[in-house]
Amino acid sequence: MAKAYRTAAEEADFKRELTDVIPHLRAFARGLCGRPDMADDLVQEAMLKAWAARERFEAGTSMRAWTFVILRNAYLTDMRRNRFRGDYDEGVAEKILTAPAGQEEPIHLSDMHRALMTLPAERREALLLVGAGGFSYEEAAGICECAVGTVKSRVGRARATLNEMLEEGSIPKRSNKDAVAHKAILEELEEVSAGNMEAS
Amino acid sequence: MTAEKKTAKNAKEQGTKDLQDANSTEKMAQEPDWANGLRQLYDSVVDEPLPDSFKDLLSQLDDKSQDG
Repeated sequence: MAKAYRTAAEEADFKRELTDVIPHLRAFARGLCGRPDMADDLVQEAMLKAWAARERFEAGTSMRAWTFVILRNAYLTDMRRNRFRGDYDEGVAEKILTAPAGQEEPIHLSDMHRALMTLPAERREALLLVGAGGFSYEEAAGICECAVGTVKSRVGRARATLNEMLEEGSIPKRSNKDAVAHKAILEELEEVSAGNMEAS
Repeated sequence: MTAEKKTAKNAKEQGTKDLQDANSTEKMAQEPDWANGLRQLYDSVVDEPLPDSFKDLLSQLDDKSQDG
């Protein structure tokens, strides 16, 4: 029944790679469910599953892609159990976005985050993988277990929605101060998007 | 972001950067401002110090390994 266990050196290699990928798992999970505490629970769940399945990992392939699949499946399972509702805590979100020292555009990021969380889950994950995680469309398709064209379509729709939201300011604002800074960003966005986004 | 900080960030995230190189050049030219914000959002979590709960979990994995 049980396969031969890996050597101690192979286990150590696996564990080191798994350790290295944790920050990326946390970032992906945070983008998926929006709540830091839930995201970290999800990552820990995924790590345990990855460890249990370690014999199926092919050395030399991408640990990040492999664990993202596990994380995503754990997320979808929890979604079906209604553990996450796609909402997020305003206070928590504020903390994430203003925490980085020297962050020049916290309001921009705050708008970004709120807009991101309004996207349907499958478009959000596609945009996260390609637009933030740096995965190719092919790699993202492998992680989402769908066709490359489907990923491209989802990313395209996500981008269009975010453009629209940020241009029209249709995401909720917190204060007048936000609104003013928001407007400045939008003016810049309009210039950028007017010429380029229709083609993509 | 300052050039110094950017360099340090790049060195720190070499693994990510390798993955991004294939995509970034052509994307940078056509993406709106928020696209960079999205990456910053992701990177800000990547750069966070790892909570102790993860170190504890990693220790537990060794125990599980010994158990079989």
